[in-house]
Amino acid sequence: MPNENKQINHVAMVGDRTIPPKDARFIEIYIMGQRYKVPETLTILKAMEYVGYQFKRSCGCRGGICGACGTFYRILGDHSIYTGLACQTVVEPGMILAQSPFFPPNRADHIGILDSKMPPDEHIATLYPEIFRCVGCGTCTRTCPMGIDVMNYIALFKRGDVLGGAKESFDCIMCGLCVVRCPANITQMKVGLAGRRIAAAQLIPRSEVTKKRAEQVRAGRYETMLAELGQMDREKLKEIYTSREREPNLSGPGEWMPKDQSHL
Amino acid sequence: MSDGYTPEMLELIKRVEASRPQRLAQARAGNDFPAMSLEQRKEVLNQFHPDYTTEGRRVLGIGPNKEEVLPEELVDLLESRSIIESVNPDLSKPDMETDVLVIGGGGAGTAAALTAMQEGCKVIMATKLRQGDSNTVMAEGGIQAADQEPDSPYYHYLDVIGGGHFTNTHELVAAMANDAPMIMEWLESLGVMFDKHPDGRMKVRHGGGTCRKRMHSAGDMTGAEIMRVLRDETRNHNEQIKLLAFSPAIELLLDNEGKCAGVILHNMETRTYLVVKAKTVIIATGGTGRLHYRGFACTNHYGATGDGLVMAYRAGAKLCFMDSVQYHPTGTSYPEQNVGLLVTEKVRGLGAQLTNIEGNQFVFPLEPRDVESAAIIRECLGLEKGITTPTGRPGVWLDSPMIDLLHGEGTVKRELPAKHIQFKRFGIDIAKYPMLVYPTLHYQNGGIQIDEQSGTDIPNLFAAGETTGGVHGRNRLMGNSLLDILVFGRRAGKAAAKAVKAGIKQGTLSLDHLTQYGQTLSETGLDRGVKSPMILPNYAIDEVNRRRWDVKSPII
Ligand SMILES: Cc1cc2nc3c(=O)[nH]c(=O)nc-3n(C[C@H](O)[C@H](O)[C@H](O)COP(=O)(O)OP(=O)(O)OC[C@H]3O[C@@H](n4cnc5c(N)ncnc54)[C@H](O)[C@@H]3O)c2cc1C
Repeated sequence: MPNENKQINHVAMVGDRTIPPKDARFIEIYIMGQRYKVPETLTILKAMEYVGYQFKRSCGCRGGICGACGTFYRILGDHSIYTGLACQTVVEPGMILAQSPFFPPNRADHIGILDSKMPPDEHIATLYPEIFRCVGCGTCTRTCPMGIDVMNYIALFKRGDVLGGAKESFDCIMCGLCVVRCPANITQMKVGLAGRRIAAAQLIPRSEVTKKRAEQVRAGRYETMLAELGQMDREKLKEIYTSREREPNLSGPGEWMPKDQSHL
Repeated sequence: MSDGYTPEMLELIKRVEASRPQRLAQARAGNDFPAMSLEQRKEVLNQFHPDYTTEGRRVLGIGPNKEEVLPEELVDLLESRSIIESVNPDLSKPDMETDVLVIGGGGAGTAAALTAMQEGCKVIMATKLRQGDSNTVMAEGGIQAADQEPDSPYYHYLDVIGGGHFTNTHELVAAMANDAPMIMEWLESLGVMFDKHPDGRMKVRHGGGTCRKRMHSAGDMTGAEIMRVLRDETRNHNEQIKLLAFSPAIELLLDNEGKCAGVILHNMETRTYLVVKAKTVIIATGGTGRLHYRGFACTNHYGATGDGLVMAYRAGAKLCFMDSVQYHPTGTSYPEQNVGLLVTEKVRGLGAQLTNIEGNQFVFPLEPRDVESAAIIRECLGLEKGITTPTGRPGVWLDSPMIDLLHGEGTVKRELPAKHIQFKRFGIDIAKYPMLVYPTLHYQNGGIQIDEQSGTDIPNLFAAGETTGGVHGRNRLMGNSLLDILVFGRRAGKAAAKAVKAGIKQGTLSLDHLTQYGQTLSETGLDRGVKSPMILPNYAIDEVNRRRWDVKSPII
């Protein structure tokens, strides 16, 4: 991937650029089969940038949460396939790596999943019947860079425990590495997503206080109070600000009420 | 697990452990380290906050904000020519047409697209990377909304404006605080899994600068959970919301009356350009962390290069508060692999305290962010009581093991799962060992100036999210940005749809504003041959840059 933006190369940037210490040890890695020397301790992402890649795909948050940089690798002389996020995995000598820039996931239509009359477990089974073809190999679980027991959450959905599946899959960053490896062609990340949305909308009680407050807002309860704050001179505003009562850190839900209740 | 720390560091950690029982007893008794007075806040800010010093800033010489003193890296981009200035493309036959064009696929853009769609509009959403590759997915800590009994939008307003040092735009703060409970209701109805009590009440905590507990969360992946649900919802409406990924906008199109009338998109993979005519445009391009002001590391995603600011500014939109940047008090300073990454404020919200090299607490853990950052910088650079990492970075301890001790074994793992994993990968169990932190470049407080309906100075151009300014004044409190992007994203979608329904007459499309901008640059001697927007940062080392000869490559 050549650098597209030559125009701004001169803008000095050190923030995320690698400046290896003088005595840095260099190791050999293979990026898509090509051999490069990079300083050890870099993440895969930074090692690729170090040798000159400018990412378009396969790079997003750079902090382990967006799922853009899923990577497969082997280590020379080791038959196993390993997986990791490029932004979170440190290079090792002899690493042979390739990123997964895109993979066609099967996504069922999720329209109507929030208020469907169908029982949640049946709904999941209808949207993603392939979960019943899970062969129980556990590759998904071994593949997950978030340490999720993926096979287990698929099993929970199969068993009809939608809430359990929703909770177990919660840490999913949707990188899709498990999907690429699944011999039964299950799209685990989409099953989890549908399950969580259904669970949150139908199986977990809605927040009554939130609903009540939203209704108060819609009825215009706070408009005059807020308008008054807008009219107030800064000194008066500061005075109110500094004298506001602070809810104690360890008070339980709905336990504490302020002395001044005129603006609630 | 502690093998991630060096023996020297483990030795220092013993001092934190030594002072912990006493600090715990005080925390349990509700005796916090005293918060600073407004006077003390001012003093520490003036002496130690990067925004309050003059280095790294320059007078901007062009456009609506001419004469303002702004970060140099931003001025470089604003005082530059358009990539396509000399091209003169044929605008008479647009490649696509739509009612609403949304630039950016983060939280603000996605909320805007959904809302405009619900109002019956045809929407195109153009994103630089994939939809959701954004700062929104990175938000860990939470989202504020005054929905509990002892709270109200009135107190939320006070906290926001006090945190912003009373500089915030009133109408925007009022709109945000008032809409907040409705946003939570909306998210809940879409199937966002918030942390809840068994009866359905959402769990709430304090955040820096709040007087009531109103921080709602979904594990420590609040932004990711909101983003994946909103994204899933847009996928349900593929026909009404057309997604163009890897296709950043590079300029706005105006019509001959100066109204916004579309955009030029760049397909990064085929290297082609598209002319899109749109009745309304919503800019939701997010922040600027990747400009790395003053070489600071940042917490932002890869695409946070301020493109929207540049496009809007060239078209004549005014920016505000651009001199004010948020340094997050607790960026990771060790291990090296995680440097710059955010340690969410939730860690302090749950009771972890900051201590210096002696193991002593030196600041109330939940001061407004700028004050907290300045206090950490003072502890390290002013008082020399910081810890130095093996690579020479400064830091102070964030005593995360207090969390399990205060709230029970397993709380860290349950409440901060992503952070727990991120450090475990490098041999540090944050439930048992403190983390080393230092301020990092985090959030753009300022941006495109908008009104409470997300309208800009330019007719038919709207903006929402981190790319806008005013609602947070000079300092944003945690949890108000996820809220801000959804409130104003939805308002932008609504306002754009309203404009579309009212009927929009467009004149001929034009890029004259680019030519004029370029001319002004030449006339004022500001032209240094730089082109923008930046689109993607370049992290190549000097050696690689030297080999990139400045010739036209035969490969496209
Ligand atoms: C690590 C981290 C933690 C945070 N934690 C919290 C928190 O706990 N609570 C809170 O309230 N806030 C938090 N914030 C702040 C908050 O997440 C962001 O301010 C907010 O999500 C910004 O949303 P946005 O939609 O405006 O921008 P983004 O979510 O960044 O989305 C911008 C989108 O525009 C795209 N884009 C950029 N340029 C172009 C272009 N030229 N053409 C097309 N598309 C373009 C980007 O690729 C991206 O998809 C955090 C931020 C970070 C970085």
